[in-house]
Amino acid sequence: MGVELGATGAKAAIRRVLHLMRKEVLELKQDPRLFGVVIIAPIMQLAVLGYAATTDVKDVPIAIVDADRSTASRDLIHRFETSANFKIVGMPGSTDEIDRYLDRGEAWMAISIPANFGQAVAANRSATLQVVADGTDSNSTGVAMGYAQTLIAGYTQDLAAAAMPGQPVGALVRPEIRVWFNPRLESRDFMIPGIIALLLLVVTTNLSAMAIVREKEVGTLEQLSVTPLARWELITGKLLPYAAIGIIDVVLVLVVAIYWFEIPMRGSIALLFGMCVIYLMSTLGLGLFVSTISRTQQQAMMTSIFFFLMPMIYLSGFIFPIENMPAWIQPFTYLIPLRYFLVIVRGIFLKGVGLEILWPQALALFAWGATVLALATFRSSKRLG
Amino acid sequence: MGKILAVGAKEMRQILRDRRTLLILLFIPAFFLLLYGYALSFDIRNVRLAVQDRDRSTHSRELVSAFVNSGYFALVGYEDSDAALARLVDQGKVRAILSIPANFERDLRLKRPVTVQVVIDGDNANTASTVTGYARTLIAEFGAVQMAVRTPGLESRIPDPGPRIPTITIEPRIWYNPQLRSALFLVPGLIAYISMITAVVSTALSVVREKERGTMEQVRMAPVGPVAYILGKTLPYLAISFTSAVLIVFAAMALFDMPMRGSWPLLLFSIGLFLVGAQAQGLLISTIADTQQVAFQIALLSSMLPTMILSGFIFPISSMPTVVQGITYLVPARYFLVALRAIVLKGADITAFWQDLVALAIFATVAMGLASLRLRREWA
Repeated sequence: MGVELGATGAKAAIRRVLHLMRKEVLELKQDPRLFGVVIIAPIMQLAVLGYAATTDVKDVPIAIVDADRSTASRDLIHRFETSANFKIVGMPGSTDEIDRYLDRGEAWMAISIPANFGQAVAANRSATLQVVADGTDSNSTGVAMGYAQTLIAGYTQDLAAAAMPGQPVGALVRPEIRVWFNPRLESRDFMIPGIIALLLLVVTTNLSAMAIVREKEVGTLEQLSVTPLARWELITGKLLPYAAIGIIDVVLVLVVAIYWFEIPMRGSIALLFGMCVIYLMSTLGLGLFVSTISRTQQQAMMTSIFFFLMPMIYLSGFIFPIENMPAWIQPFTYLIPLRYFLVIVRGIFLKGVGLEILWPQALALFAWGATVLALATFRSSKRLG
Repeated sequence: MGKILAVGAKEMRQILRDRRTLLILLFIPAFFLLLYGYALSFDIRNVRLAVQDRDRSTHSRELVSAFVNSGYFALVGYEDSDAALARLVDQGKVRAILSIPANFERDLRLKRPVTVQVVIDGDNANTASTVTGYARTLIAEFGAVQMAVRTPGLESRIPDPGPRIPTITIEPRIWYNPQLRSALFLVPGLIAYISMITAVVSTALSVVREKERGTMEQVRMAPVGPVAYILGKTLPYLAISFTSAVLIVFAAMALFDMPMRGSWPLLLFSIGLFLVGAQAQGLLISTIADTQQVAFQIALLSSMLPTMILSGFIFPISSMPTVVQGITYLVPARYFLVALRAIVLKGADITAFWQDLVALAIFATVAMGLASLRLRREWA
């Protein structure tokens, strides 16, 4: 890299890079479907996955066994019916039938109202409801149990208010909970910036992972190595066409996120765009690096998926917060560029913060990209030399 | 049959020559389960907490220690200024703030209702709602304890608790996963996910590679029909993927206490059916694409994110919008996950999930059929 170039030398270098880029674009056009795949697929994916990736729990399917059939039990069932959190999928006649509902996964939860429920409520005595829940999806079940508890607490409070009109009902210490940045607790606002980062990673890394190894496999790398093309020129010429595709993808997914999903954009779009470009440097650089260490395209594919993409997806904090991970795994997450980029996109989108807060992440991301590009250049030199 | 085996043997030789790919396909999946099985968890602990204590009394310290001793919160420090607190949250150094008002102790002694403020960083909505629940519970418990404390000399000023009111208690019972360990939910999902990716990528390049290298012409001239060719291409990879899937299942049982409550033959059959479908998807992609690059792209885009997000692995399908729920029927992992969880966690028999196995069989047949059709048209 650090070679001093004269004016003519620089011109020649630029010409060589441009030629290589032209060749690369021609090769990409060999299968015109590529453009469709890398441009249209990410938008479609974002549109579908954006709706699907929600940890919000609603319409919990429940089955209710009403052994009482009193006014009180019907009142309680009515509350479950009208609640947006629950959807009654069945009213089995006896508790024995609950098994079937839970085994098949038709209902997540079954509530059984005992025969003396109405009497107990009328006489101001205590009553017990049995709630059986399918604990398979531990997270959603926890949330659903919370919904059931809240609904029943509300019912109890209404009963108390009816029993003692005029008396205030409430606790001694009251929590006032404020949720910052995402007051509606919309998981979509959290997930979609993450999906953007992931889509860019998958599309661009895979594109460039094939770039050099294809020439090796077909045998044209030999030919390239006898041309006066320097190794950094090779890497640049390979990188730029893919970078162009990546930037188109960035613009498209940002438009979908902001205008279609209406994710709040509290920070600067220009900064976000700039950060995406730095991020592309590391994803494309990673692909090129994989390409230089593989012998066949299949190897490149396996290496990039199993050694880079999967660890990045799961260890970056995309879905599973890093602070929940065991202490011995956490240090590894610092090696993952996606980790830094996620903090940056979420910070700019949801918190509206700028470089004054995000500079350490931005710096780490840039360093990562520069290092991997340098590694790719270095590796390709050994192969070419 | 002989022709299928011949194609299979040829493919196997090619696989054996590329040791790195073989090792990745066989062992990396089990290794990943180990890594991600620990990393993936919805159980939230040690939420970083800053405290703004305007009272600095015994009671306020008691509330703080209730938060810390719960294990859900880890105290980062005390901070008085609002601006400094906001900055801590912006930087992500703190995820929750507990703010205790002045006169907290005095009001509690007088049994006057007091309000404590909790601020939660909502950028991860899922974590935030769980943390909200923890905070509410802790504060309610603290309040109940304070209510019970009798302050000498002040009894007369405390309002009478009033007549008896009806109470309704819930007796919760949780089946299949009584401790609500998220690992039991996520590990089967990981098994499906890792197997799916391994199976799809193993076959996605197999046909297109021959096209790109020009050896397809030779295969075309050979007396092998498209169906025999497709089956022969699948068999060796099926053997590899099946071995690796069984390894993952064993690893899950050994490391994460995944139970096995149902029947082994049924489990192995379901795994096989799922893998055939996944590999058929890979082959179909391979026949559609003209270059390995395109095949790779389609394979990843069609399997990596959809299997993670649309299969019910992490996000419950019943919470998705109806249109998106419709799309999930195209994702084979959706059916496999129902069967897998039913077998290992619920110990259910085939009557509970036969529809899902039928759906997997249909998926595999259709994908295989389409792949053979594509080839036949190309060879004709």
